[in-house]
Amino acid sequence: MGEPAVSMDVRQAGGSVAVVDVKGEVTAACEPVLMSAYEEASSGGAARVLLNFAGLEYMNSGGIGMLVTLLVRAGRQRQELAACGLSEHYREIFELTRLDEAIAIYVDEASALADAVM
Amino acid sequence: MPDSVTPADQIGLAAREAQAAVQPRDAGSWAAKVDRLAVERRDGVRGTNVAGRRLTGPVQGFGKMWEKTYSLNAGSTVTPRDAIATWKAHFPEFWPKGNRFAGALAGISPGDVALLDLAIGGGVKLSTGVFVLYADEESFTLMTPQGHMFAGWITFSAERPAEATVIRAHVLMRANDPLYELGMTFGGHSKEDRFWAQTLTALGTFLGVPDPQVETHSTCVDNRRQWKHAKNIWHNSMIRSLLQTPFRGRRTRT
Repeated sequence: MGEPAVSMDVRQAGGSVAVVDVKGEVTAACEPVLMSAYEEASSGGAARVLLNFAGLEYMNSGGIGMLVTLLVRAGRQRQELAACGLSEHYREIFELTRLDEAIAIYVDEASALADAVM
Repeated sequence: MPDSVTPADQIGLAAREAQAAVQPRDAGSWAAKVDRLAVERRDGVRGTNVAGRRLTGPVQGFGKMWEKTYSLNAGSTVTPRDAIATWKAHFPEFWPKGNRFAGALAGISPGDVALLDLAIGGGVKLSTGVFVLYADEESFTLMTPQGHMFAGWITFSAERPAEATVIRAHVLMRANDPLYELGMTFGGHSKEDRFWAQTLTALGTFLGVPDPQVETHSTCVDNRRQWKHAKNIWHNSMIRSLLQTPFRGRRTRT
Protein backbone atom coordinates (compact mmCIF):
# COMPACT_ATOMS: atom_id res chain seq x y z
CA MET A 1 0.00 0.00 0.00
CA GLY A 2 1.58 3.32 -1.07
CA GLU A 3 1.58 6.61 0.78
CA PRO A 4 -1.91 8.12 0.76
CA ALA A 5 -2.14 11.13 -1.59
CA VAL A 6 -4.24 13.13 0.82
CA SER A 7 -3.89 15.88 3.39
CA MET A 8 -6.32 16.59 6.21
CA ASP A 9 -5.71 19.87 8.01
CA VAL A 10 -7.68 20.67 11.13
CA ARG A 11 -8.92 24.08 12.21
CA GLN A 12 -11.22 25.21 15.00
CA ALA A 13 -14.06 27.21 13.48
CA GLY A 14 -15.26 28.81 16.66
CA GLY A 15 -17.97 27.60 18.95
CA SER A 16 -18.00 23.86 19.12
CA VAL A 17 -17.14 23.10 15.50
CA ALA A 18 -13.86 21.72 14.20
CA VAL A 19 -13.24 21.67 10.44
CA VAL A 20 -11.16 19.04 8.67
CA ASP A 21 -10.03 20.19 5.21
CA VAL A 22 -9.83 17.05 3.07
CA LYS A 23 -7.59 17.50 0.03
CA GLY A 24 -6.56 14.84 -2.47
CA GLU A 25 -7.56 11.19 -2.69
CA VAL A 26 -9.73 9.42 -0.13
CA THR A 27 -9.20 5.66 -0.07
CA ALA A 28 -8.92 3.04 2.65
CA ALA A 29 -5.16 3.75 2.66
CA CYS A 30 -5.70 7.14 4.27
CA GLU A 31 -7.46 5.78 7.36
CA PRO A 32 -4.53 6.64 9.71
CA VAL A 33 -4.48 10.23 8.35
CA LEU A 34 -8.24 10.62 8.81
CA MET A 35 -8.28 9.13 12.31
CA SER A 36 -5.37 11.32 13.36
CA ALA A 37 -7.17 14.41 12.00
CA TYR A 38 -10.34 13.33 13.78
CA GLU A 39 -8.49 12.99 17.10
CA GLU A 40 -6.99 16.44 16.67
CA ALA A 41 -10.42 17.86 15.79
CA SER A 42 -11.95 16.24 18.86
CA SER A 43 -9.23 17.26 21.27
CA GLY A 44 -10.76 20.72 21.69
CA GLY A 45 -14.11 19.26 22.72
CA ALA A 46 -15.88 19.86 19.40
CA ALA A 47 -19.51 18.77 19.36
CA ARG A 48 -19.54 18.80 15.56
CA VAL A 49 -16.78 17.75 13.18
CA LEU A 50 -17.20 19.22 9.71
CA LEU A 51 -15.43 17.48 6.86
CA ASN A 52 -14.77 20.01 4.11
CA PHE A 53 -14.47 18.09 0.85
CA ALA A 54 -13.90 21.11 -1.41
CA GLY A 55 -10.42 19.77 -2.22
CA LEU A 56 -11.52 16.17 -2.83
CA GLU A 57 -10.06 14.81 -6.08
CA TYR A 58 -10.80 11.10 -5.91
CA MET A 59 -12.67 8.65 -3.69
CA ASN A 60 -13.20 4.91 -4.05
CA SER A 61 -15.48 2.57 -2.13
CA GLY A 62 -12.76 2.01 0.47
CA GLY A 63 -12.96 5.72 1.26
CA ILE A 64 -16.72 5.52 1.82
CA GLY A 65 -16.23 2.53 4.12
CA MET A 66 -13.73 4.52 6.14
CA LEU A 67 -16.28 7.31 6.63
CA VAL A 68 -18.71 4.75 8.08
CA THR A 69 -16.17 3.69 10.71
CA LEU A 70 -15.50 7.36 11.47
CA LEU A 71 -19.24 7.84 11.91
CA VAL A 72 -19.34 5.05 14.50
CA ARG A 73 -16.40 6.58 16.33
CA ALA A 74 -18.06 10.01 16.37
CA GLY A 75 -21.31 8.44 17.59
CA ARG A 76 -19.51 6.86 20.54
CA GLN A 77 -18.32 10.33 21.58
CA ARG A 78 -21.77 11.82 20.95
CA GLN A 79 -20.36 14.04 18.23
CA GLU A 80 -22.13 15.01 15.05
CA LEU A 81 -20.41 14.46 11.73
CA ALA A 82 -21.18 16.84 8.87
CA ALA A 83 -19.82 17.36 5.35
CA CYS A 84 -19.59 20.34 3.02
CA GLY A 85 -18.00 21.30 -0.27
CA LEU A 86 -19.01 18.10 -2.06
CA SER A 87 -19.23 18.31 -5.84
CA GLU A 88 -22.43 17.02 -7.42
CA HIS A 89 -20.67 13.75 -8.24
CA TYR A 90 -19.63 13.07 -4.63
CA ARG A 91 -22.93 14.29 -3.25
CA GLU A 92 -24.66 11.67 -5.38
CA ILE A 93 -22.32 9.01 -3.99
CA PHE A 94 -23.28 10.01 -0.45
CA GLU A 95 -26.93 9.68 -1.47
CA LEU A 96 -26.41 6.38 -3.30
CA THR A 97 -24.68 4.81 -0.30
CA ARG A 98 -27.24 6.47 1.99
CA LEU A 99 -24.48 8.04 4.06
CA ASP A 100 -26.39 11.30 3.75
CA GLU A 101 -28.93 9.87 6.23
CA ALA A 102 -26.28 9.94 8.96
CA ILE A 103 -23.93 12.71 7.87
CA ALA A 104 -25.52 16.14 7.45
CA ILE A 105 -24.52 17.64 4.10
CA TYR A 106 -24.14 21.36 3.46
CA VAL A 107 -23.37 23.19 0.25
CA ASP A 108 -20.46 25.08 1.76
CA GLU A 109 -18.68 25.76 5.01
CA ALA A 110 -20.51 29.03 5.66
CA SER A 111 -23.94 27.35 5.66
CA ALA A 112 -22.66 24.49 7.84
CA LEU A 113 -21.28 26.93 10.40
CA ALA A 114 -24.40 29.07 10.30
CA ASP A 115 -26.52 25.99 11.01
CA ALA A 116 -24.22 25.03 13.90
CA VAL A 117 -24.69 28.46 15.47
CA MET A 118 -28.47 28.20 15.20
CA MET B 1 -28.32 36.89 -35.55
CA PRO B 2 -25.53 39.24 -34.36
CA ASP B 3 -22.00 37.79 -34.35
CA SER B 4 -21.64 38.25 -30.61
CA VAL B 5 -24.53 35.92 -29.70
CA THR B 6 -23.69 32.24 -29.26
CA PRO B 7 -26.43 29.79 -30.24
CA ALA B 8 -28.08 28.02 -27.30
CA ASP B 9 -27.09 24.54 -28.46
CA GLN B 10 -23.43 25.59 -28.56
CA ILE B 11 -23.70 26.97 -25.04
CA GLY B 12 -25.19 23.65 -23.91
CA LEU B 13 -22.39 21.74 -25.60
CA ALA B 14 -19.75 23.94 -24.01
CA ALA B 15 -21.34 23.47 -20.58
CA ARG B 16 -21.42 19.69 -21.01
CA GLU B 17 -17.80 19.64 -22.15
CA ALA B 18 -16.76 21.79 -19.21
CA GLN B 19 -18.60 19.46 -16.81
CA ALA B 20 -16.96 16.39 -18.37
CA ALA B 21 -13.57 18.05 -18.05
CA VAL B 22 -13.97 18.51 -14.29
CA GLN B 23 -15.29 15.01 -13.58
CA PRO B 24 -12.89 13.20 -11.24
CA ARG B 25 -11.21 10.05 -12.52
CA ASP B 26 -13.40 7.84 -10.31
CA ALA B 27 -16.55 9.08 -12.10
CA GLY B 28 -16.83 6.02 -14.35
CA SER B 29 -16.24 3.60 -11.48
CA TRP B 30 -19.29 4.51 -9.40
CA ALA B 31 -22.84 3.43 -10.18
CA ALA B 32 -25.30 6.16 -11.04
CA LYS B 33 -27.66 7.07 -8.24
CA VAL B 34 -30.71 4.83 -7.88
CA ASP B 35 -33.57 5.09 -5.42
CA ARG B 36 -35.00 1.60 -5.92
CA LEU B 37 -33.63 -1.43 -7.73
CA ALA B 38 -34.96 -2.53 -11.08
CA VAL B 39 -34.22 -6.06 -12.29
CA GLU B 40 -34.72 -8.25 -15.32
CA ARG B 41 -35.47 -11.96 -15.23
CA ARG B 42 -32.40 -14.18 -15.23
CA ASP B 43 -32.19 -17.89 -15.91
CA GLY B 44 -31.37 -20.22 -13.05
CA VAL B 45 -32.54 -18.05 -10.17
CA ARG B 46 -35.93 -17.22 -8.73
CA GLY B 47 -35.23 -13.50 -8.75
CA THR B 48 -37.60 -12.42 -6.03
CA ASN B 49 -37.16 -9.88 -3.18
CA VAL B 50 -35.05 -7.46 -5.21
CA ALA B 51 -37.23 -5.37 -7.55
CA GLY B 52 -38.34 -2.13 -5.93
CA ARG B 53 -36.05 -2.55 -2.90
CA ARG B 54 -33.82 0.22 -1.65
CA LEU B 55 -30.12 -0.27 -1.04
CA THR B 56 -28.98 -0.63 2.56
CA GLY B 57 -25.58 0.34 3.94
CA PRO B 58 -24.24 -0.20 7.45
CA VAL B 59 -26.06 2.98 8.53
CA GLN B 60 -29.45 1.39 7.78
CA GLY B 61 -28.76 -2.02 9.39
CA PHE B 62 -29.95 -3.33 12.75
CA GLY B 63 -27.24 -5.51 14.32
CA LYS B 64 -23.76 -4.99 15.63
CA MET B 65 -21.40 -3.61 13.02
CA TRP B 66 -18.67 -5.96 11.86
CA GLU B 67 -15.63 -5.45 9.70
CA LYS B 68 -14.26 -8.67 8.28
CA THR B 69 -11.30 -9.24 6.01
CA TYR B 70 -10.51 -12.45 4.15
CA SER B 71 -7.03 -12.38 2.59
CA LEU B 72 -5.20 -14.67 0.22
CA ASN B 73 -1.52 -14.40 -0.65
CA ALA B 74 -1.54 -15.06 -4.40
CA GLY B 75 2.24 -15.00 -4.87
CA SER B 76 4.26 -12.94 -7.30
CA THR B 77 3.14 -14.33 -10.65
CA VAL B 78 -0.42 -12.94 -10.49
CA THR B 79 -0.79 -9.17 -10.85
CA PRO B 80 -3.54 -7.33 -8.94
CA ARG B 81 -5.24 -6.35 -12.22
CA ASP B 82 -5.21 -9.93 -13.51
CA ALA B 83 -6.61 -11.19 -10.22
CA ILE B 84 -9.51 -8.72 -10.27
CA ALA B 85 -10.19 -9.21 -13.99
CA THR B 86 -10.41 -12.98 -13.39
CA TRP B 87 -12.60 -12.55 -10.33
CA LYS B 88 -15.00 -10.25 -12.20
CA ALA B 89 -15.19 -12.53 -15.23
CA HIS B 90 -15.77 -15.75 -13.27
CA PHE B 91 -17.36 -14.43 -10.08
CA PRO B 92 -20.21 -17.00 -9.78
CA GLU B 93 -17.91 -19.95 -10.48
CA PHE B 94 -15.95 -19.45 -7.27
CA TRP B 95 -18.98 -19.55 -5.00
CA PRO B 96 -19.51 -22.64 -2.82
CA LYS B 97 -21.77 -25.30 -4.32
CA GLY B 98 -25.51 -24.82 -3.91
CA ASN B 99 -25.42 -21.01 -4.21
CA ARG B 100 -26.23 -19.14 -7.39
CA PHE B 101 -25.22 -15.69 -8.59
CA ALA B 102 -26.90 -14.49 -11.76
CA GLY B 103 -25.21 -11.29 -12.87
CA ALA B 104 -25.35 -9.29 -16.06
CA LEU B 105 -23.95 -10.94 -19.18
CA ALA B 106 -21.28 -8.26 -19.46
CA GLY B 107 -19.76 -9.25 -16.12
CA ILE B 108 -19.52 -6.89 -13.18
CA SER B 109 -20.01 -3.22 -14.00
CA PRO B 110 -21.16 -0.27 -11.88
CA GLY B 111 -24.95 -0.20 -11.60
CA ASP B 112 -25.51 -3.90 -12.39
CA VAL B 113 -27.93 -5.83 -10.22
CA ALA B 114 -27.19 -9.52 -9.66
CA LEU B 115 -29.80 -11.97 -8.44
CA LEU B 116 -28.82 -14.54 -5.82
CA ASP B 117 -30.21 -17.85 -4.64
CA LEU B 118 -28.44 -18.83 -1.43
CA ALA B 119 -28.69 -22.28 0.15
CA ILE B 120 -30.09 -21.97 3.68
CA GLY B 121 -30.85 -25.64 4.30
CA GLY B 122 -33.90 -27.86 4.02
CA GLY B 123 -33.97 -27.36 0.27
CA VAL B 124 -34.92 -23.72 0.71
CA LYS B 125 -33.11 -21.04 -1.25
CA LEU B 126 -32.93 -17.52 0.08
CA SER B 127 -33.69 -15.31 -2.87
CA THR B 128 -32.06 -11.88 -2.78
CA GLY B 129 -29.63 -9.76 -4.80
CA VAL B 130 -26.70 -7.37 -4.80
CA PHE B 131 -25.94 -4.09 -6.53
CA VAL B 132 -22.56 -3.28 -8.07
CA LEU B 133 -21.78 -0.02 -6.31
CA TYR B 134 -18.23 0.48 -7.56
CA ALA B 135 -15.86 -1.24 -9.96
CA ASP B 136 -12.41 -0.36 -11.25
CA GLU B 137 -9.45 -2.42 -12.40
CA GLU B 138 -8.21 -3.26 -8.91
CA SER B 139 -11.41 -3.53 -6.90
CA PHE B 140 -15.18 -3.83 -7.00
CA THR B 141 -17.86 -3.38 -4.36
CA LEU B 142 -21.27 -4.97 -3.95
CA MET B 143 -24.02 -3.35 -1.85
CA THR B 144 -27.05 -5.16 -0.46
CA PRO B 145 -30.77 -4.37 -0.80
CA GLN B 146 -33.47 -4.35 1.87
CA GLY B 147 -34.25 -7.88 3.05
CA HIS B 148 -30.73 -9.23 2.50
CA MET B 149 -29.11 -10.95 5.50
CA PHE B 150 -26.95 -7.93 6.08
CA ALA B 151 -26.92 -4.24 5.33
CA GLY B 152 -23.56 -3.16 4.02
CA TRP B 153 -21.05 -3.75 1.32
CA ILE B 154 -18.32 -6.15 0.31
CA THR B 155 -15.24 -4.88 -1.45
CA PHE B 156 -13.12 -7.31 -3.45
CA SER B 157 -9.65 -5.97 -4.09
CA ALA B 158 -6.11 -6.91 -4.97
CA GLU B 159 -2.89 -5.07 -4.32
CA ARG B 160 0.81 -5.72 -4.18
CA PRO B 161 2.18 -4.18 -0.98
CA ALA B 162 5.55 -5.95 -1.41
CA GLU B 163 6.66 -8.92 -3.52
CA ALA B 164 3.36 -10.77 -3.57
CA THR B 165 -0.18 -9.92 -4.64
CA VAL B 166 -2.73 -10.01 -1.83
CA ILE B 167 -6.36 -10.63 -2.77
CA ARG B 168 -9.01 -9.55 -0.30
CA ALA B 169 -12.72 -9.64 0.40
CA HIS B 170 -13.57 -6.90 2.88
CA VAL B 171 -17.02 -6.88 4.47
CA LEU B 172 -18.54 -3.95 6.38
CA MET B 173 -21.95 -4.95 7.65
CA ARG B 174 -24.75 -5.05 10.19
CA ALA B 175 -27.36 -7.81 10.24
CA ASN B 176 -30.39 -6.26 8.59
CA ASP B 177 -32.99 -7.09 11.26
CA PRO B 178 -33.37 -8.83 14.67
CA LEU B 179 -34.02 -12.26 13.14
CA TYR B 180 -30.89 -12.12 11.01
CA GLU B 181 -28.93 -10.80 14.01
CA LEU B 182 -29.99 -13.87 15.96
CA GLY B 183 -28.97 -16.07 13.05
CA MET B 184 -25.61 -14.34 12.66
CA THR B 185 -24.90 -14.69 16.38
CA PHE B 186 -25.72 -18.41 16.41
CA GLY B 187 -23.68 -19.72 13.52
CA GLY B 188 -24.25 -17.17 10.77
CA HIS B 189 -20.90 -15.46 11.15
CA SER B 190 -18.94 -18.72 10.98
CA LYS B 191 -21.03 -19.80 7.99
CA GLU B 192 -20.20 -16.53 6.27
CA ASP B 193 -16.52 -16.94 7.13
CA ARG B 194 -16.53 -20.40 5.53
CA PHE B 195 -18.34 -19.04 2.46
CA TRP B 196 -15.72 -16.39 1.69
CA ALA B 197 -12.78 -18.62 2.63
CA GLN B 198 -14.06 -21.23 0.17
CA THR B 199 -14.60 -18.55 -2.48
CA LEU B 200 -11.07 -17.17 -2.14
CA THR B 201 -9.61 -20.69 -2.10
CA ALA B 202 -11.45 -21.47 -5.35
CA LEU B 203 -10.17 -18.22 -6.89
CA GLY B 204 -6.62 -19.02 -5.76
CA THR B 205 -6.82 -22.50 -7.24
CA PHE B 206 -8.09 -21.04 -10.54
CA LEU B 207 -5.19 -18.57 -10.58
CA GLY B 208 -2.72 -21.41 -10.03
CA VAL B 209 -1.79 -20.53 -6.44
CA PRO B 210 -0.30 -23.66 -4.85
CA ASP B 211 -2.15 -24.64 -1.63
CA PRO B 212 -4.10 -21.36 -1.24
CA GLN B 213 -4.52 -20.35 2.42
CA VAL B 214 -7.09 -17.76 3.49
CA GLU B 215 -6.59 -15.57 6.55
CA THR B 216 -9.73 -14.28 8.27
CA HIS B 217 -9.82 -11.22 10.49
CA SER B 218 -13.04 -10.04 12.18
CA THR B 219 -13.59 -6.96 14.31
CA CYS B 220 -16.79 -5.75 15.94
CA VAL B 221 -16.63 -2.05 15.08
CA ASP B 222 -19.82 -1.14 16.93
CA ASN B 223 -21.44 -3.44 19.48
CA ARG B 224 -24.62 -1.40 19.70
CA ARG B 225 -27.75 -2.55 17.94
CA GLN B 226 -29.82 0.04 16.08
CA TRP B 227 -33.29 -0.72 17.42
CA LYS B 228 -34.82 2.03 15.31
CA HIS B 229 -34.15 -0.28 12.34
CA ALA B 230 -35.79 -3.38 13.87
CA LYS B 231 -38.70 -2.82 11.50
CA ASN B 232 -36.42 -3.88 8.63
CA ILE B 233 -37.79 -7.34 9.37
CA TRP B 234 -40.76 -6.49 7.17
CA HIS B 235 -38.50 -6.96 4.12
CA ASN B 236 -36.75 -10.12 5.46
CA SER B 237 -35.96 -12.16 2.35
CA MET B 238 -35.54 -15.38 4.31
CA ILE B 239 -39.11 -15.28 5.61
CA ARG B 240 -40.36 -14.22 2.19
CA SER B 241 -38.33 -16.93 0.43
CA LEU B 242 -39.84 -19.54 2.74
CA LEU B 243 -43.33 -18.30 1.91
CA GLN B 244 -42.45 -18.24 -1.79
CA THR B 245 -41.16 -21.84 -1.77
CA PRO B 246 -43.73 -24.49 -2.76
CA PHE B 247 -44.05 -27.12 -0.02
CA ARG B 248 -42.74 -29.91 -2.28
CA GLY B 249 -39.75 -27.76 -3.16
CA ARG B 250 -38.73 -27.51 0.47
CA ARG B 251 -38.19 -31.25 0.68
CA THR B 252 -36.19 -31.44 -2.54
CA ARG B 253 -32.50 -30.93 -1.98
CA THR B 254 -30.54 -29.46 -4.89
